[in-house]
Amino acid sequence: MQFWVIQTLNSLALGGLLFLLSAGFSLIFGLMRIANLTHGAFFMLGTYIGVSALRVFPNLWLAALAGAVVVGLFGALLERFVLRSLGGNALGQVLLTLGVAFIISDLCLIVWGGDPIPVQTPDYLRKPMLIAGLPFPTYRLVVVVIALVTALLLWLLMERTRLGAMIRAGVDDMQMARAVGIPVSKLFTIVFCLGAALAGAGGVIGGPILSAYPGLDADMLPLALIVVILGGVGSLVGALVGSFIVGFVYTFGTALLPDLAYVILFLPMIFVIAFKPTGLFGKVSA
Amino acid sequence: MRSARWIVALVLVALPQFAGEFYVNLISQIFIAAIFASSLNLLVGYAGLTSLGHASYLGVSAYLSAWLYLKLGIGHWLSAPIALAVTTVMAGFFGWIALRASGLGFLMITLALSQVLWGLAYRWSAVTNGDNGLSGLTRPQPFGLSLDSASAFYYFTLIVVAVAIGMMAKFIGSPFGAALKGTRDQPRRMSALGHDVRRVRWITFVYAGFWGAVSGLLYIYYHKYIHPTSLSLTNSAEALLGVIAGGSGTLVGPIIGAAIVVLLKNYVSAYVERWNMLLGFVFVAIVLFMPDGLVPGVRRLWARVTGRRKPTDAASNS
Repeated sequence: MQFWVIQTLNSLALGGLLFLLSAGFSLIFGLMRIANLTHGAFFMLGTYIGVSALRVFPNLWLAALAGAVVVGLFGALLERFVLRSLGGNALGQVLLTLGVAFIISDLCLIVWGGDPIPVQTPDYLRKPMLIAGLPFPTYRLVVVVIALVTALLLWLLMERTRLGAMIRAGVDDMQMARAVGIPVSKLFTIVFCLGAALAGAGGVIGGPILSAYPGLDADMLPLALIVVILGGVGSLVGALVGSFIVGFVYTFGTALLPDLAYVILFLPMIFVIAFKPTGLFGKVSA
Repeated sequence: MRSARWIVALVLVALPQFAGEFYVNLISQIFIAAIFASSLNLLVGYAGLTSLGHASYLGVSAYLSAWLYLKLGIGHWLSAPIALAVTTVMAGFFGWIALRASGLGFLMITLALSQVLWGLAYRWSAVTNGDNGLSGLTRPQPFGLSLDSASAFYYFTLIVVAVAIGMMAKFIGSPFGAALKGTRDQPRRMSALGHDVRRVRWITFVYAGFWGAVSGLLYIYYHKYIHPTSLSLTNSAEALLGVIAGGSGTLVGPIIGAAIVVLLKNYVSAYVERWNMLLGFVFVAIVLFMPDGLVPGVRRLWARVTGRRKPTDAASNS
């Protein structure tokens, strides 16, 4: 009984982290029509920046903010000064993000070294919480709450604000949006920055669970891709549902069949692609 | 042009007679990378489908060959066809999934599939020996000839590369190849003309997977060792860089591109340890400044130098 409850909570926590990662990926894909292969590297860069920030001020939430700001700024600069020059050439842009991902991951290796660096859970969240007599790791519950709140805020941003309305217009019909005076290229920078910031913050928040190590980017990128393929590109609901599906499948796979956990990830993906190539909630095929 | 080809062939055949062992081995590595990149080029250049998971076929066939030898004691004459067959069947399955999408969806699915295999190679240590990799392998002895010396292996690889490039050239030059290029440029028109676009692409995908598997066998015979990095995104990206740097959609381009990547990796990483970072920078530079690749670029220059005869024609025909 305890095993199932704990693993369920682990699944939810991983799902929450994956949402922070894949929501940005999905938003960027929806608006700019490019797959940002730097996203895994953004996540890892966030974790490492969190590690350094925690050495200066021992507060995880401030560290997450630092991760979001630094990685978000980096994303905005990357979009504005590098990706922009290949406007209209989606494949070129994707290959560019791949190149940048290699550069970031090697830079992290130079700066922070090759050994895994653990990230401390804040003291007040370290004590397990007792619910119905069962101990729950409090921090993982907090991660789930953060992800759900982020999802709600993103939904409000997209559905209830002027900026969100402009982004939706750009997603649906970019030429028409441009024609009515929406500054679409400025939206590109904003969305890319937002997506990068979410990944960076997610990296710091995921630190106490995953810790910082070289290869974290290569571990996270495929999970984000599978989430987005499952949920459908450009859909926030899809990213949320996909994240929790992958969170569950991966966590239980690792617990029950540790050798083959990665293969089990195939299954939901193949199933969805076979029956609905656009993903569960996607309108357009990628 | 024809005499130039004979000169190249002659130099390649005579090479081990005057070049040292280091260079002979280096050229063997270039041959292996050339088959790998050329097979990827069938998809990238001729089908217009950019795959970021081509390392799957190299890695799986190499792992299979190693595993069959080490765990089951199966000799090379049997393990090679089994590895090729299983990998090709896997390519058929992967192709069926990935071709549900096109464009960036195709790229993402191929990347996700190959990353899953990479993760599997690290974690399924009962089969792959995890991070330690599989070692203690041998090279095959076709007709009792030992391939252990550098020059013997060089000639073996030369024969395979000649057959491989020849077969791929035949494939591209055939009516099927023409249909393939049609599905790249005008998929809807080809569909209206009665071609089954998905089937054309799928056959190409499987064929590319087969030659990827062949390069995987050469890879394991050369190194006599396999590690999960052979399945990594870096490995797929190196092949893709070779294709793009040389010029996708040309026969010679990926060979030259693969040579450049192998030389960069061997020479520059002797001085700088940061191969991944260099790979990233070269990627960015190629995409930003030379998106056509070297071979079409040089051809265009050549056309301009020799009498300015329709430079656009030369570029589009390449």
